[in-house]
Amino acid sequence: MIQIKDLHKSYQMGSNSLHVLKGINFDVKEGELVSIMGSSGSGKSTLLNILGMLDEADQGSYMLDGVPIKNLNEKVAARYRNRFLGFIFQSFNLINYKSALDNVALPLYYQGMARKERIEKAAHYLEKVGLAEWSHHLPNELSGGQKQRVAIARALASEPKVLLADEPTGALDSVTSHEVMDLIQGINDEGKTILIVTHEPDIAQMTKRIVNLKDGIIIDDSPVEQIRAKIHV
Amino acid sequence: MFNIERWQEIFDTLSKNKMRTILTGISVASGIFIFIVLLGFSTGVQNGVKEQFAGNATNKISVRAGRTTKQYKGLNPNRRIQLKNEDFDNISNTYADYLEYKSGGYSNWGAQLVYKKEFGNFYVRGVDPDYQFIANANITEGRFLNQGDINEARKVIVVSNKTKTELFKGKSPIGEIVSISDINFKVIGVFSDPGGEREESQVFIPLTSAQIAFKGGNNLRDMSFTVAMSDNFDEAVALSQNLVLSIENDIRTKHIIAPNDRAAIRVENTLEKAQKIYSLSDIIKAVFWFVGIGTIIAGIVSVGNIMIIIVKERTKEIGIRKALGAEPLSIIGMILQESIFVTMFSGLFGLIIGLGLLEILGPTIENDFIKYPQVDFNTALITVFILVAAGTLAGFIPAYRAAKIKPIVALRDE
Repeated sequence: MIQIKDLHKSYQMGSNSLHVLKGINFDVKEGELVSIMGSSGSGKSTLLNILGMLDEADQGSYMLDGVPIKNLNEKVAARYRNRFLGFIFQSFNLINYKSALDNVALPLYYQGMARKERIEKAAHYLEKVGLAEWSHHLPNELSGGQKQRVAIARALASEPKVLLADEPTGALDSVTSHEVMDLIQGINDEGKTILIVTHEPDIAQMTKRIVNLKDGIIIDDSPVEQIRAKIHV
Repeated sequence: MFNIERWQEIFDTLSKNKMRTILTGISVASGIFIFIVLLGFSTGVQNGVKEQFAGNATNKISVRAGRTTKQYKGLNPNRRIQLKNEDFDNISNTYADYLEYKSGGYSNWGAQLVYKKEFGNFYVRGVDPDYQFIANANITEGRFLNQGDINEARKVIVVSNKTKTELFKGKSPIGEIVSISDINFKVIGVFSDPGGEREESQVFIPLTSAQIAFKGGNNLRDMSFTVAMSDNFDEAVALSQNLVLSIENDIRTKHIIAPNDRAAIRVENTLEKAQKIYSLSDIIKAVFWFVGIGTIIAGIVSVGNIMIIIVKERTKEIGIRKALGAEPLSIIGMILQESIFVTMFSGLFGLIIGLGLLEILGPTIENDFIKYPQVDFNTALITVFILVAAGTLAGFIPAYRAAKIKPIVALRDE
């Protein structure tokens, strides 16, 4: 699903250049649940942003489902993001004046889907994350865990090939973290490819493979015995 | 632009951000409103000024005589200067090429008109047939005086609309007999005057009849002329001024009046006054436009300002939308369409309120210098479109910049 070869990325910080990614190589197959770990500054978020086409690498190649992601103009990048990727952010990033249902329906709007259809579909995904009854509430009427579940429903609604989650449990307490991880595991069970950036080892243990990043290179990449989040719930 | 989905999205956004929408709307609507009202009053002032001159021809020259105040060539002051028929004939002949209408005048202020048991005081003016055009009198029934009436000194009278209502209680007075100082006059015509009440308190009889009836001999109380107009207003004013000086000189020479004796003879031309007032009203109009355009510019700037704030406020939202797959063009479109819709809607709202105010308040204004304030609808509509276009342009720059923000940067914005 994802093939990355020799990926480099530097940031210009004033007169200094900060070399964040120093040659990343890794593949993700369909249906995998991968966590990318590392301390802050290790380059894990940068890697995820490049994977999410929110940022572009300086060097190296990136193939997503056989499509080379290179020198995309904004328009094409937007279309690829819409069709291929679903984002889950640490700070949820819901639009605060839209109801849960409208938030979930938003990526479908950008797919050009008719209103009735996308509302139906959005309702379906909200139900899937267990928030059918909250569909007309605004984000600020929801708890942190509920907001993240809305965000997951939104990421799923466009039926992307890959879900990218940046510290999805970073803003949640441990109980809600486990609920969210349980949901993510369930989605993975259905065959969705998911990448999670996290710095919490117990969250990483709930994935199937851990990629460890340090100072811009992968120092360890190994499968793990998955711990089901359900046992904590 | 005509995408229903897009409009739904925009209405959604607008209705859920009421404060922002209302603030933008108010600044636009008030700008247009003030502009319309200013423009309306500017037109009102113009109308008021025009009406001031509507009573008489604007190119009128009037000649009146009084008493001398200065000793001159051995003659005592306080000598009464009496204009005669021959004065009128002399001037008419000398300046025939430059004068359009000419009329001598012998009048009786406050003569009593009696019709059956009704009576009233009117300003009875003995005039020549040309006077109809000098006084801007419109004949609504019958006819005005003609040369035959003058030559034969017929006892005929042209009454005003006002007389018709007051004396004849509205029924047609043609052929009726009214008496002035016990002399019977037959009504031959009714006139109305755009100058209104003041002008309609006059009635007209032939000059010759007036001179007989009021025992005036060949004396004249006044003389009225109109200057032949050329296409160039300034030229006409210059001609009018020259004529005034020449006529005044002729009379001063003939009646032996000191050149600096202002009270003995007064020759006035309306055209010069008209030019002054018209140029004043042009200045007023220019000032109104200046202020109005200033208001519009302020409106545009505030729309631009609000757009910048909106984009700033929505940076994160834009980042989210881009991450979810919004194309740059759709971001620009979203922001612009929103701003166009709000400016257009509130612009038209301000327009309607402004026009409505003028429509309601206009007729109640009782001021000699402001009459029928109104706005040309097309001008108003064009203004709204200019505001919308300029507001759009002002919104485009921040919208374009917003579309260029990398989603990753926008998402980091708190």
